[in-house]
Amino acid sequence: MPDMNKQQREQLPTASDEQPQFGSIENPGLMLADEEGTTLEKRGAYAAPEVQGPQSKPRGAWGEAWRELRHNPSFYVSGVLLLFLIFMAFFPGVFTDIDPRHCPILDTNKDPSGDHWFGTNVQGCDVYARTVFGARASIIVGVATTALIVVIGGLIGALSGYFGGWLDTILARVTDIFFGIPLLLAALVFMSSFKDRTVWTVVAALGIFGWMQIARIMRGSVITVKKSDYVVAARALGAGTGRILGRHVLPNAIAPVIVVATISLGTFIATEATLSFLGIGLPPTEISWGADISSATTALRDSPYQLIFPSIFLSVTVFSFILLGDAVRDALDPKLR
Amino acid sequence: MGRYVVRRLLQMIPVFIGTTFLIYYMVYQLGGDPISAMFGDKGADPVFVRLKREEFHLNDPLIVQYWYYITDLLQGNFGTSFNGRPVAEELKRAFPVSIRLAMIAFAIEVVIGVGLGLLSGLRRGKLADTMVLAGTLVVISIPVFVLGTVAQFWLGSEWGIFEATASVGDPTWSQLVLPGLVLGSLSLAFVARLTRTSVAENMRADYVRTATAKGLPRRRVVTRHLLRNSLIPVVTFLGADLGALMAGAIVTEGIFNVDGVGRLIYLAVTKHESSTVVGAVAALVMIYLVMNLIVDLLYAVLDPRIRYA
Repeated sequence: MPDMNKQQREQLPTASDEQPQFGSIENPGLMLADEEGTTLEKRGAYAAPEVQGPQSKPRGAWGEAWRELRHNPSFYVSGVLLLFLIFMAFFPGVFTDIDPRHCPILDTNKDPSGDHWFGTNVQGCDVYARTVFGARASIIVGVATTALIVVIGGLIGALSGYFGGWLDTILARVTDIFFGIPLLLAALVFMSSFKDRTVWTVVAALGIFGWMQIARIMRGSVITVKKSDYVVAARALGAGTGRILGRHVLPNAIAPVIVVATISLGTFIATEATLSFLGIGLPPTEISWGADISSATTALRDSPYQLIFPSIFLSVTVFSFILLGDAVRDALDPKLR
Repeated sequence: MGRYVVRRLLQMIPVFIGTTFLIYYMVYQLGGDPISAMFGDKGADPVFVRLKREEFHLNDPLIVQYWYYITDLLQGNFGTSFNGRPVAEELKRAFPVSIRLAMIAFAIEVVIGVGLGLLSGLRRGKLADTMVLAGTLVVISIPVFVLGTVAQFWLGSEWGIFEATASVGDPTWSQLVLPGLVLGSLSLAFVARLTRTSVAENMRADYVRTATAKGLPRRRVVTRHLLRNSLIPVVTFLGADLGALMAGAIVTEGIFNVDGVGRLIYLAVTKHESSTVVGAVAALVMIYLVMNLIVDLLYAVLDPRIRYA
């Protein structure tokens, strides 16, 4: 039975009406269901008892992907950098004893020295301490926004792909509407409407206008998976919509979503910094790389260091997420193997 | 084909209405009272507020307000900003500047992007390829505002290679080179990577082998057969990007003091010039939608395998 399923499933068209660059990563959604792997079973992702065969293969698609990842140097580079940055975001006190909000005005625009590793800024604050403490806002905004778009986009994409018909048509138009406004522009207008801005306003702004790509990918994956035999079998056995979506469709559609989510995380961090740079992002009480870079531009000639160091940290963070996303995509894309 | 265009144009209508409504809602409703936003802490004269509220239909329900707005908009009336200047005039002044900037950015990203991508794809795995991949990844990782600030300071002010700022009103072409480079850099990296993937994939195609086998010189194989086919996905990206370049110029135009649509929108947003924001964004959305339609049609022209019924 599993073999027959596999043959038939391979003939299924992939969701080719979706964005071409992600067409290639829609295959793993199928692959995941094809191979009965121990890893998947432990995660509970592969839980269709009716097609459970003998454990002939040692690894599932996730195991395969993990093996692929472990041989990819960019996975280690980005992984180590990200662990470091996340650690810094949660425990900034480990890296510095200096209070980033302690700003003696006499110390304005100092070059790097033993006391101030990265120098001081216009107000005399320690740039190193501010750079270390600035990681927190960026990481929180990035992670929270990504979680939000996975929920919004995943839900809309899954509903639209699973039910089709008029619901799909309406949701597709709604997606088009949100796609019509560039993220930065939409976030700018949204943020300017709020007088009291917090980290969560930024998360809301980026999340509300950033879910469309996830929704489209999810929709494509769900349409592909929906037609497969194990879903038909599950329905024949009397499984309800919720169970089919949760147990069969979602686990198989999640791989391309993970890839896009990881790369988007970097984009959101960059966009948050851009908003803060424009003075319309995080509130001034929050320490943010974007805002610090903005205030550093006025003193570029005297001390360029206060611009360079936060810029490097910001770019490295974005870089790490993009690199990680690339590595995960390579691992999940069977075409490249 | 004709039916497809008509269907697409019809589909654009709800999207246009939805997008403008969304912007309208955010600008006029989320922000609280737009009239009181015109005044400082002192507050406004109640009579003046009442007159203005009536003038801008602010006492009507949101949907009625929007109806007034969209019917005006479709007749080419973008409204007047609160200080009495017609928004259409501001847009007429700002758009040519942004279009010029976008053209420079576009030219840079096409020439350099496709060039690097071709080089990289033809020498897959070699040093040049690795360098292009690493270089583009670095460019993608650096946010535009960092790139812009750094480029303006060092390439512009300190070393004087380019002109660092544009003059207000009507900037010259040479003043727009550096902003164009910064604006196009991100897309340049995407174009290079896209071209690379496409070229590397098509290198293994049967028609390339056939062309080589029948004795065509390599140059002809690459330009006539390989590149032409490889550019199909790149062209679709470029088309969609041209719309995005116009809107994405908010940061770049701000840094380099270019008096275009991006700067207009940014200044309007910070000053709560509601009608300017909605008008400019509506115009941008229109451009974006039309560009996307053209791209889809171009796709069919370039790739005869795609037919729209």
